[in-house]
Amino acid sequence: MNRLRWLLHDSWVEAERHLRIIPRNVELLIFASIQPIMFLAIFVYVFGGSIVIPGFDNYDQFLMPGIFAQTLVFGSAFTGIGLADDLQKGLVDRLRSLPMSRSAVIVGRTISDLVRNLFTFVVMIVVALAIGFRFTGGAVDAIAATALLVLFSYALSWVQAVIGLSVSSVEAANSAGFIWMFPLTFVSSAFVDPSNMPGWLRPVADANPFTLVTNSARALYNGNPVGTDAWWALAWSIGIIVVFSTMAARRFSRSTAG
Amino acid sequence: MDGIVKTFGDTRALDGVDLAVPRGAVYGLLGPNGAGKTTSVRVLTTLLRPDAGTARIDGIDVAADPHAVRQRIGLTGQYAAVEERLTARENLGFVGRLFHLPRARVAARADELLERFDLADAADRVVKGFSGGMRRRLDIAMSLIAEPSVLFLDEPTTGLDPRSRLGMWDVIEELAADGTTVLLTTQYLEEADRLAEQIVVIDHGRVIAEGSPDELKQRIGGARLSVRIARPENQERAMSTLTPLCAGEVVSDDARTGFSAPIIAGDGVVPGVIRALDDAGVDVLDVEVRRPSLDDVFLVLTGRTTDAEEDAS
Ligand SMILES: Nc1ncnc2c1ncn2[C@@H]1O[C@H](COP(=O)(O)OP(=O)(O)O)[C@@H](O)[C@H]1O
Ligand SMILES: [Mg+2]
Repeated sequence: MNRLRWLLHDSWVEAERHLRIIPRNVELLIFASIQPIMFLAIFVYVFGGSIVIPGFDNYDQFLMPGIFAQTLVFGSAFTGIGLADDLQKGLVDRLRSLPMSRSAVIVGRTISDLVRNLFTFVVMIVVALAIGFRFTGGAVDAIAATALLVLFSYALSWVQAVIGLSVSSVEAANSAGFIWMFPLTFVSSAFVDPSNMPGWLRPVADANPFTLVTNSARALYNGNPVGTDAWWALAWSIGIIVVFSTMAARRFSRSTAG
Repeated sequence: MDGIVKTFGDTRALDGVDLAVPRGAVYGLLGPNGAGKTTSVRVLTTLLRPDAGTARIDGIDVAADPHAVRQRIGLTGQYAAVEERLTARENLGFVGRLFHLPRARVAARADELLERFDLADAADRVVKGFSGGMRRRLDIAMSLIAEPSVLFLDEPTTGLDPRSRLGMWDVIEELAADGTTVLLTTQYLEEADRLAEQIVVIDHGRVIAEGSPDELKQRIGGARLSVRIARPENQERAMSTLTPLCAGEVVSDDARTGFSAPIIAGDGVVPGVIRALDDAGVDVLDVEVRRPSLDDVFLVLTGRTTDAEEDAS
């Protein structure tokens, strides 16, 4: 119990370090929100007219949950970049020489990134509603859908943490953090129906945890039956957190400023 | 630390280093780039586990109880580890809270340190705009927030402009005067000479010499005293006065007014010589002690100059 309080205290102090900075960097916040809004607009207005999805009389209702999911997933890259930056600047060395909980450095970072992602998410929902998106499921379903998306993004923050602690520079963390997100989010059901993909690619898209998460959120937002996808999505997120937090902790205690 | 060995792949960064710093002392760990200074500091501050040997801080084994060690140390690494996007005061608060000090205590201590390190005016400014010297001072202030029993300073003046370097020296001298135990690493002989009461010279992961700055200088032949007097007829009297004060033969020049002799270097030689000659009725024009520089020491100990080493890295 004592250890847990210690972890929570230190994580909060560390999260606060990052959270204090967010309102000071209005520029970053604006640009971080513009990018997903731009994606939203491009998909809705450029592709929207040409894409017909069976079962959806309106592409927006299909697409928006996919864009929400993608934006949250991309947001997880901040975690790796931030850790690599702390590492490069020697801040991680300082933190490791303090009598603080070791895990708190990463927990605090992932929590502050979660808060930042939530902010972007709220901005996006507002824009989506303005464009014409509607939650046709109930409020509880919408909250459950949001929780699934946010949890998956939080899980990927831990993957990014491992990447950020493994690479030797911020630039490398940036590339290594983003590169795999393109196949992860595009080879999925986020933007199109995977049954139109070539035969060899379809099973990949179907098995992609991002597909499971997107499908669950989409079903819940639209008031459709979810099936077992939601449970699988939940299991994936928890599994990723367990595996990658262990790896991150191990990496962290060995990491050096070079 | 005792027989510390640390290897990285094929590199033996530390090859059996022994080092003991008494409480309240300021020790200088002197060596060229790549000598193993940072690695030594990282072992002592629990950031690296040694492959062999033991290291203790206040009698606590670094490997066995790193947490207890961390509560007793302050580390200022080779690069100023400050959060650029927070203010100086917020940086201090951040570290203070991670030491689990009560908030009021952290706030009071932060004020005290900001004042002491000449950062009071900049306390509520974001660190991003700080000069290198200010960052370094904040970095040290952060290391001192919990009043550590040992402070580690890894190359505290590397990369600073000459004025900031002098400022940093004043800061370190003040710490020493307050009785903080300091282990300081440096590549600058002049810096170790000025700040440290005891110098440990390391090279290729081994301690190659240890002693006070004066002792080290004497190891390479000690200092020489040169005296010039006004009148040649006092030559005999000057010789007999100087001989008991010097460590070897006193030689005089052809003009019978210049003298030179080896001495045991130490403070108070010059006034002693002047007083003795004055008492003997000899008019003194000039007294000078030429001490070998620590550069000379390094050359003798390693067969290399430090400059060559820096060029190679
Ligand atoms: N993390 C590391 N990985 C590999 N080699 C290292 C590492 N850290 C230090 N070294 C090597 O160990 C030796 C000592 O380095 P260091 O302690 O940083 O020297 P100094 O601080 O005296 O300049 C050097 O040869 C350096 O290249
Ligand atoms: Mg070094």
